[in-house]
Amino acid sequence: MTAPLQTAAAVPTLSAAVQSPWRRLARDFVRSPTALIGLVAAVLLVLAAIFAPFITPQNPYDLLQFDVLDARLPPGSLNGAGTHTYWFGTDGQGRDLYSAMLYGLRLSLSVGVGSALIAGVLGTVFGLIAAYAGGRVDSLIMRLVDLLLAFPSILVAMLLLAFLGKSVSNVVLTLVLIEWAYYARTARAQALIEARREYVEAARCLAIPHWRIVLVHMLPNCLPPLIVVGTLQVARAITLEATLSFLGLGVPVTEPSLGLLIANGYQTMLSGQYWISVYPGLALLAVLVAINLVGDRLRELLNPRFVK
Amino acid sequence: MTVWLVRRVFQAAFVVLLMTLIVFVGLHAIGNPIDILIGQDVDQVDRARIIAQLGLDQPLWKQYVSFLLSAMHGDLGVSFVYNVPAIQLILQRLPATLELAVSALLLALLVGVPLGLFAGLKPHNPLARMLMTGSIVGFSLPTFWVGLMLIMIFSVKLGWLPSSGRGATASLFGVQWSWLTLDGWRHLILPALNLSLFKVSLVLRLTSAGVREIVPQEHVKFARAKGLSTTRVVLGHVLRNTLIPLITVIGLEFGSTIAFAVVTESVFSWPGAGKLILDSINALDRPVIVSYLIVVVCLFVSLNLVVDVLYKFLDPRVRLEGVQ
Repeated sequence: MTAPLQTAAAVPTLSAAVQSPWRRLARDFVRSPTALIGLVAAVLLVLAAIFAPFITPQNPYDLLQFDVLDARLPPGSLNGAGTHTYWFGTDGQGRDLYSAMLYGLRLSLSVGVGSALIAGVLGTVFGLIAAYAGGRVDSLIMRLVDLLLAFPSILVAMLLLAFLGKSVSNVVLTLVLIEWAYYARTARAQALIEARREYVEAARCLAIPHWRIVLVHMLPNCLPPLIVVGTLQVARAITLEATLSFLGLGVPVTEPSLGLLIANGYQTMLSGQYWISVYPGLALLAVLVAINLVGDRLRELLNPRFVK
Repeated sequence: MTVWLVRRVFQAAFVVLLMTLIVFVGLHAIGNPIDILIGQDVDQVDRARIIAQLGLDQPLWKQYVSFLLSAMHGDLGVSFVYNVPAIQLILQRLPATLELAVSALLLALLVGVPLGLFAGLKPHNPLARMLMTGSIVGFSLPTFWVGLMLIMIFSVKLGWLPSSGRGATASLFGVQWSWLTLDGWRHLILPALNLSLFKVSLVLRLTSAGVREIVPQEHVKFARAKGLSTTRVVLGHVLRNTLIPLITVIGLEFGSTIAFAVVTESVFSWPGAGKLILDSINALDRPVIVSYLIVVVCLFVSLNLVVDVLYKFLDPRVRLEGVQ
């Protein structure tokens, strides 16, 4: 078990003189066509979300910009004034669904990426502390992690949000509280392997302060598995946010995320007005599949068990 | 072994106790039940009397002890909304959820194991590669959206299957089951399919990974060299060894299936415990929330315990490690 781990970690250091490990990773990554498609799709969707205000005809959060008379128009119809076409139809409030989708995507992505980043930093710090300190601190942090991971995320999230109340920042807070445990576990596992390495011992012998050993010497070597977890956690966070919003516990009604748009469409779906649910759903699906394809490929490349 | 078992049972009991403490303190930290229970037009004397009657003037640890004592007698309070004992409400709704979760898991095994076996035995086959990529899509699909699409295709467009409710049920051992009627089956198919989708992908990937790990091992080569037929090698030697980790994961997944049933139940209006907890959260019906949590925690902890014990019995290697 230890032998392949050591060779795997030794490979990047040996080839560093010839090629940086990041470049090597990029080169290996594009070898898989499905992963490349995923990456391109993810980048395009992120760009669309960032530049949403410039490429949409209206701001779906501004009540003055849409007309309730245009509610539930099928895809391809013209708006009341005849100035632009609703390519994906309109929702129950008369919002242009295309604009609402891009703004929803913006919200879903920022919640997902934001919570994953905050949770990633917190979880990594706790994981490194647990691994480096050991003993009682370690078991305290890890028992907490075990307890948290023993319960399904949806259950914990539902209860937290029920008491915190609906708002975007509460959703992020809830997601962070759930997700940090995954990073902590991964960071600790990797840091325990690194702590036994000679370079850490050498750093200790040089009397380098503890925080410096952990942050400057160990952390960079713990990053690969954390990047994998991070990518997959972004997708998980987006799914969870969408699910919570669908159940009516997530974002407020005035700022629909993709999940809430789908929930709104659910009420009219049975009467055949499918587009309000279907198109935001397809957008959500595209984001999740793209991120997961990238994450899966990264796991293949960065997980020492797969490296030959 | 006995020492290990006793220690493990005590550990499980401790986790349950800890959870009741967290739930109890958490609920008390968040809001004051007096404001909900007592109207604003009640005078100070009556107010103090009611508070004393409910035991809310006691220190928190005393309240917790009396809560624990009545919990042990099966009394977890009365629902604010339905005005019946909360535990009774949960137990009434639980069979529907269990039925849904068990059906979904069985479906996941029936579909996932054969597909995973195929993908693991022939990893370079184009169909197997499609399955592996497909399983990523299966992981990515949000459950609630798949549920909506199932309703839209099979109920709205094709009109083959009902979109909501549990249908006719028949009684067995005093509990109503959908399994026993044809109408119940028709109602069960779509929700079970919806809930199982994620698990199918999981089982598929686990089986395929297990098979790929086991096929190159010596004992499989030996079985081949002995001249056993491919079917016997695959079923008797490869699949059997794959099943051990699979059983562990499925046992642990059962708990999360019950929790995620909340989503499926709310899409398909399935009258289970998940729908109940969602309604209770929206109505802030505290006794029901607490009872649900305690029932689910007990369920989880006992499942973990059973899986741990099973694992020890099934895998001689784990058993040996314990001895040494």
